[in-house]
Amino acid sequence: MAELKAGTRMKSAVCATEVMVIAAPAGSLDITCGGAAMVGSAEEAGGGSVDAAFAEGTLLGKRYVNQAGDLELLCVKPGDGSLALDGETLVLKEAKALPSSD
Amino acid sequence: MNVMMLLEMASQGFGDRVAFTNGDDSLTYQELFDAAGAAAAEIKKSGCDYVAMLDVSSLAMPVALFASAWAGVPYVPINYRLTGHEIKGLLARVEPCMLITESDRAKDFSGHDEVSVCTRDDFLATARNGDPLQEPWSMEQEDTGVLLFTSGTTGAPKAAVLRQKHLVSYILGSVEFMSAGEDDAALGCVPPYHIAGISAVISSVYSGRRMVQLPNFDAADWIALVNEEKITNAFVVPTMLARIVEAVADDPGMEMPSLKALAYGGGKMPLSVIERAMQLFPNADFTNAYGLTETSSTIAVLGPQDHRDAAASKDEAVRRRLVSVGRPLPGVEVEIRDEEGKPLPAGSRGEIYVRGEQVSGEYVGRGSLLDSAGWFPTRDAGSIDEEGFLFLEGRADDVIVRGGENMSPGEIEDLLLEHDAVADVAVVGVADEQWGEAVAAAIVLKDGHTGDIPALQAWVRDRMRSSRVPQLIEFWNELPYNETGKLLRREVKARLGS
Repeated sequence: MAELKAGTRMKSAVCATEVMVIAAPAGSLDITCGGAAMVGSAEEAGGGSVDAAFAEGTLLGKRYVNQAGDLELLCVKPGDGSLALDGETLVLKEAKALPSSD
Repeated sequence: MNVMMLLEMASQGFGDRVAFTNGDDSLTYQELFDAAGAAAAEIKKSGCDYVAMLDVSSLAMPVALFASAWAGVPYVPINYRLTGHEIKGLLARVEPCMLITESDRAKDFSGHDEVSVCTRDDFLATARNGDPLQEPWSMEQEDTGVLLFTSGTTGAPKAAVLRQKHLVSYILGSVEFMSAGEDDAALGCVPPYHIAGISAVISSVYSGRRMVQLPNFDAADWIALVNEEKITNAFVVPTMLARIVEAVADDPGMEMPSLKALAYGGGKMPLSVIERAMQLFPNADFTNAYGLTETSSTIAVLGPQDHRDAAASKDEAVRRRLVSVGRPLPGVEVEIRDEEGKPLPAGSRGEIYVRGEQVSGEYVGRGSLLDSAGWFPTRDAGSIDEEGFLFLEGRADDVIVRGGENMSPGEIEDLLLEHDAVADVAVVGVADEQWGEAVAAAIVLKDGHTGDIPALQAWVRDRMRSSRVPQLIEFWNELPYNETGKLLRREVKARLGS
């Protein structure tokens, strides 16, 4: 996948997952979902199935981050595959407890 | 990025939940999503460049806000309290537009080529029955989401530009998706042309919290609605809270058991009001939110625990935090700087600068006021204490310069408010031959007190430098505030200076 900027929307090629990029490191990134490279939201998905090694699934509205903390994706549509960067599965980012201000 | 994506998530995650209630009518998240799609198709068909909303809160408001985002056209709320002349002046700056308004007003704008008028009821009916726009919304983060005319307490209204990236960043930085319980309900009574009224709509959608609209604020109606709709969360401006406190204090049997959280902001909250409110609602969580139109709403909050810690403390420095606006939201940075733009240490007064993804600082025709490092000068004056709590001290422009000495009206006002006889006070600088500016005060007395100018001057002289003593004091029945509780300092200055 080409360089990603905040706000870019991507979808899984092998499940229903869609994400929006909140933060991404510079450079070309190998982001996968269900073991297959993610594609732009307007592109045709290639087909195929979720790799059992990346089948934890994604949850709507949750954020996923890498260990380094420089990649953050927001799940805007849930699916069966799990997200990964260079083969490293992204983990759920903990929710912040903030008082409601409006 | 696009706020429509946030609504799409809500409609997928909890589409059957009620999103907005107004009187007997309501919309679920799915209905709101569908209505936004159909209204977006109408907006596209009209060929307009803007969608203007001149109305009180109604179900048409969230529909129009999201539909504009879907259609890729800026949403422009207009203050319905302005005069006809002022409204036409603002509309002329956003032509061609679709204007949504109440039926009584619609005729005022008919026959104008560049304004296609639609009544609130027609707009909503069409949105509920039409077919959705086929094209998806743009995810271009630079698209303008909202154009908001600032209240203009210091001159002609400026049109602040809030892009999709600012609005979405604000929500993602401050609200957790679906964090509200199914029985949670927020009472929305801030005018829909105020940034807090707009951000509250988007926040509610993303958190999944049903919002009950109260189009015209009245303390008794507000209290009745809290109990009828089992309201759990509410946001009010200081003048509203003062009236609610009065109404509750007058009726000792009054209870609002459902109310869990009460947030306030939009103007300076008097210490006496917040202290009284905390006594009257011991089970409610209080949050003070500080933000500006140009920052897409809240940038700092004084949370519930901060309120309790401050109220319970014997340490004056901690107690004082009850009138602070708390600490910046995660992802937002705040600095105090001097007139040359150099950062000041804790405790010093200066101008508040803010930086973060949600900060726009841009006006139509003026471009961005952010500096090269992304900092926005708010023109608000303030200070930050050792623990990072931010205190507001009025507008930077309000500084009184007396004989070359700069002084903040806020500190003199705070001191006068501690006097037994003083209910409310505004301190301004008025022209003075000898000093350039002289300190002048308009004071509203508490019931049963008479005005004693020498005593009030002595009160200040004994506690501050003599230069701070108001040379001129007048007693007024009330101070001029705008409808969201902002003191109209310019009017005070004009009246005291004449």
